[in-house]
Amino acid sequence: MTLTIPALRARRPGFRRRPLGVRFAAAFLVLVAATGLLAPVLAPHSPDTTSLLNSLAPPGTAGHLLGTDSAGRDVLSRLMYGARFSLIAPLGVVLLAGVAGTAIGLLAARAGGWVDAVLSRGMDIVFSFPSLLLAMLVVAVFGPGLTAPVCALAVSYTPFVGRVVRNVAIQEGARPYMEGYRVMGFGEAWVTLRHLLPNIAPVLVAQSALSFGYALVDLASLSYLGLGVRPPDADWGSMISQAQSAILQGSPWSALAPGLVVLLTVVSVNVLGGHLGGSIGGKKEGT
Amino acid sequence: MTARALAAWLGKRALGAVLTIVLASVLIYGALRLVPGDPVLALTAGRRLTPDQIEAVRHRYGLDQGFVRGYLSWAGDALRLDLGTSLNYQTGVSTLISGRLGVSGLLIAYSAVLAVLFGSVVALVSAVRGGLADRAATVLASVTTATPPFVAAIVLLSVFSVGLGWFPATGAGTGLADRLWHLTLPAVAMATATFGVLARVGNAAFAEELRREHVEVARSRGVGGAAVVRRHVVRNALAPLLTVIGLLVAGLFVATAIVETAFGLDGVGSLLVSSVSRRDFPVVQGVGLVAVVLFVAVNTLTDLALPFIDPRVTVGGLGR
Repeated sequence: MTLTIPALRARRPGFRRRPLGVRFAAAFLVLVAATGLLAPVLAPHSPDTTSLLNSLAPPGTAGHLLGTDSAGRDVLSRLMYGARFSLIAPLGVVLLAGVAGTAIGLLAARAGGWVDAVLSRGMDIVFSFPSLLLAMLVVAVFGPGLTAPVCALAVSYTPFVGRVVRNVAIQEGARPYMEGYRVMGFGEAWVTLRHLLPNIAPVLVAQSALSFGYALVDLASLSYLGLGVRPPDADWGSMISQAQSAILQGSPWSALAPGLVVLLTVVSVNVLGGHLGGSIGGKKEGT
Repeated sequence: MTARALAAWLGKRALGAVLTIVLASVLIYGALRLVPGDPVLALTAGRRLTPDQIEAVRHRYGLDQGFVRGYLSWAGDALRLDLGTSLNYQTGVSTLISGRLGVSGLLIAYSAVLAVLFGSVVALVSAVRGGLADRAATVLASVTTATPPFVAAIVLLSVFSVGLGWFPATGAGTGLADRLWHLTLPAVAMATATFGVLARVGNAAFAEELRREHVEVARSRGVGGAAVVRRHVVRNALAPLLTVIGLLVAGLFVATAIVETAFGLDGVGSLLVSSVSRRDFPVVQGVGLVAVVLFVAVNTLTDLALPFIDPRVTVGGLGR
């Protein structure tokens, strides 16, 4: 005997049927992730090879598609290697915050009562503490680097996921199919994990995408301020801060290139996240 | 709404705000105790001090007592606006902060005005006009929303400061006019993302009101377009917008750290950044505390203002 779940069985449009902007966003993210992953193979130069004779070459210089920075390092290669830190660190934040937020949100929704009250109030309080401030506080404690800020941001973004999961789980838990499973004698934990969780997964994915964008900006900001990734490692944020003096010398390209990549990445993540979130809303109205 | 219900609601909101601030301050104080190794080493950050001085630091931060007593004496001093002494500047943290509050305050106010002004105008025009204006505003909003302040800063520096030479690249200037001129690019950099969020949220709020029946009815009774928008659309969308504005303005406090560093301004934000990298702990704690208090205060005040601005918002409905 099976209960069909209409919300999940809704038509899933193929890639080609999604809006143009969403396809561009997905393609750009895949491109950035792939170049980061394959940087040792794809990068035309080593990201750390300096050449003072060839500093601040404009984009389009032979051998340096995006030019070189003030130390003569190839900007394109540095962008590719920088993608690794710039993407993996926020991914860590999202994974940690996603797991913690889902656990807390589901617990609050299913337990209800004082457990819900305490968890919700706690999430409100964490939510009201600015994430970048928390990240700077842990850098003051543990010194520059990415590990501590990633953990701090994960704490900061847990309510971002948890509050939405709680609200959706409460709505979903009141639906007839949930009652059906309960009547059939399935345990509360089993029903929650096996049936409720898959049905709220789209919300979870959309919310995670949005927090990935925020976390990427927070971590790049930290690196820009010199509090994040430590040299010789570089991410997009630290590339911009190193290139800032070159702007005043009239060669803005080595700063603008990583700036543009950050911007496009965050726009893509938001477009994709918004699309996922929006399509969930659409399904809900349809059922 | 009875006076008693109002008092109870005000009390609840105030209690929530105080609780948040207390927990945040425990965290800010507790961070010191989390430092790997001896906290005194973090507080003195490798500076050579005599044993007497070390003992004074230990006592000042309550490190010779338990956590609770240490916190209470630290928080008690903070309530009297005594935030300790900077290790780097050898001056009181309160003095340091208040000396730089002018630049940061003006910067926050300037960028808040820019973001709210342009954000609501773009939101309203795009919602009312629809069509091409709406699409253009959507694209503009999604790009600006995703623009981190430091990216906006380098673009503005490259174009308007170095390229066109219209604005200075660093410094805060002297005198009000000169200062506003110096703070224009930083304020725009800080306002960019806030503008984007506001344009998007505002557009949605206005568009929703425009679709409402009472707007339709007003139109069918011959009320002119501008009057409908002013009386029925803007008034109704004001309350939800104000909540967002409160959150966004509070968010600007933290953005000062990035923008002031990018434009070489001596404000509270750049003080925080340099203190974090020098591990000047008393300053980090002091600025962190001030930021959290301001952040919570703005959000609470916005919440409190809602029932007075929009009579439909009932006190009970907000009291959660």
